[in-house]
Amino acid sequence: MANRKIVATKLRANDLILCSSNENLMAKEENSGKILPESRTDKKYNEARRTFLKQSSLLTALALAPPAVVKAAEAGLDEKVADQFEKVPLSLEINGELKKLSVEPRTTLLDLLREQLDLTGTKKGCDYGQCGACTVHADGQRINSCLSLTVMQEGKKITTIEGLATGDELHPMQAAFIEYDGFQCGYCTPGQIMSGVACIREGHANSESEIREYMSGNICRCGAYPNIIKAITAVKKGGKKV
Amino acid sequence: MIPFQYVRPKQQKAAIDALARDNNAMFIAGGTNLLDLMKRYVVVPQKLVDINQLPLHNIEQLNGGIRIGALVTNTALAEHKLIKEKYPLLSQAVVSGASAQLRNMATVGGNMMQRTRCYYFYDTALPCNKREPGTGCGALDGVNRMHAIFGFSDKCIAVHPSDMSVALAALDATVQVSGPKGERSIAFTDFHRLPGEQPEKDTNLHKNELITSVFIPDAPFARNACYLKVRERASFAFALVSVAAALDISNNSIREARLAMGGVAHKPWRLFKAEKTLKGMPVSEASFRQAAAVAMEGARAFEHNAYKIKMAPETIVHALKTAAGIV
Repeated sequence: MANRKIVATKLRANDLILCSSNENLMAKEENSGKILPESRTDKKYNEARRTFLKQSSLLTALALAPPAVVKAAEAGLDEKVADQFEKVPLSLEINGELKKLSVEPRTTLLDLLREQLDLTGTKKGCDYGQCGACTVHADGQRINSCLSLTVMQEGKKITTIEGLATGDELHPMQAAFIEYDGFQCGYCTPGQIMSGVACIREGHANSESEIREYMSGNICRCGAYPNIIKAITAVKKGGKKV
Repeated sequence: MIPFQYVRPKQQKAAIDALARDNNAMFIAGGTNLLDLMKRYVVVPQKLVDINQLPLHNIEQLNGGIRIGALVTNTALAEHKLIKEKYPLLSQAVVSGASAQLRNMATVGGNMMQRTRCYYFYDTALPCNKREPGTGCGALDGVNRMHAIFGFSDKCIAVHPSDMSVALAALDATVQVSGPKGERSIAFTDFHRLPGEQPEKDTNLHKNELITSVFIPDAPFARNACYLKVRERASFAFALVSVAAALDISNNSIREARLAMGGVAHKPWRLFKAEKTLKGMPVSEASFRQAAAVAMEGARAFEHNAYKIKMAPETIVHALKTAAGIV
């Protein structure tokens, strides 16, 4: 863990300087009490060590400087900047509600939904974009929320399974999944429904083979595929706005 | 995922500068492959330069061809009227890759920059010269059923996973890139490279260069084109073998042919010699079999992928027959 604790800071806009954190420094202090080879106890070594300590404290001070310093340094480049552990403020419209959020750059949209916003309807299946359980809509387009960073979705309108119904009235696709028994264990269902809605909106639900092709990004390990296809076909034929 | 710095420039120059400032920085566009690799610690950039704000999202008709911005999504590309009309081969290839969700996110530039799906590359506990130069190639004497039959080296036998790139290689596309030293264009067939002694390098991009667009010249291949992908599931799987075939036919004779294969080499495998063989030949299965035999010259299999030696020529013949309309 110690060597992972790398502190990044900026002296000037063009220099990213990395220095190891205090653990390593302390290790060096301990070593200095032990018998060291001649060359390491001489004046030159001590001077080098002193310079290192001075530089380190300078870097530590800069590392503790508010993120605004980092921002200002990059601001001239017209960039949005977030440092490694810094939480970035951003706005996202989720299910029609504007959310003011604070996220680390590495937070995926899926983790934001589930861990920070308690919108646990969106499921984490594989977390690698292979199963489709995490499917949500971003500006109306279906995406895998596990493979998208929240910071990259800034300003977009996100719709999750929780945002599909109108009050107590289920979305036609939700109702059809119940009617046609389009699930068994139900874990993949939110993703299947979000994907099914998009499949119709995209105009790719005109035949069974087309539905199979365009729903291939949603895996159902219970094997409810025939009924999922029936549900999507029924919604498409029903002609209701989805 | 390890933590990383994130910057989102609005201008191309700022994006290239932001990348050049750090040794361990990477561009991110759709992120569908990069985030996957980061979660598995296969790739660990300390800084991501998000290029989605750059104005590279358009498909334009120019004199002599079509220019596709590097940030056009796979879905937008496959569904674009001009592409469907003029380059159905490309549209078919793009739709045959990934899933609808991934195609909504993945971009043209990112599709070209995808890394191999070789299991040894993806598993950080196993040796891989591409991931960690000098550690050896696990696939060489290991499980190599998905691997190359052309152009490999003893350092790496991985294949390039992109379908889109196979079609672009066949269609004589060029790649426009921009870097600290200015702009240049690269023939698509020279964009990706063979592994040789440096399998860690997938492409011939120079350090800190950004793909800005792809240009496809006008060509008479719209009517007779077929992208045929053989895989283990009916959809959403990487190619075992794929073939991009396009023909210009006149009076039942082949004026020009374009052929490229996927799933067989470290790069999209353009079949120049087979194309020459087809020139002037009558449209017939016999002609296509002859071209397929030429295409397979020099192929060599490993322990688990000998099936590709039979599958590849059959796929070529079937793709050509479909393109010619004689199936």
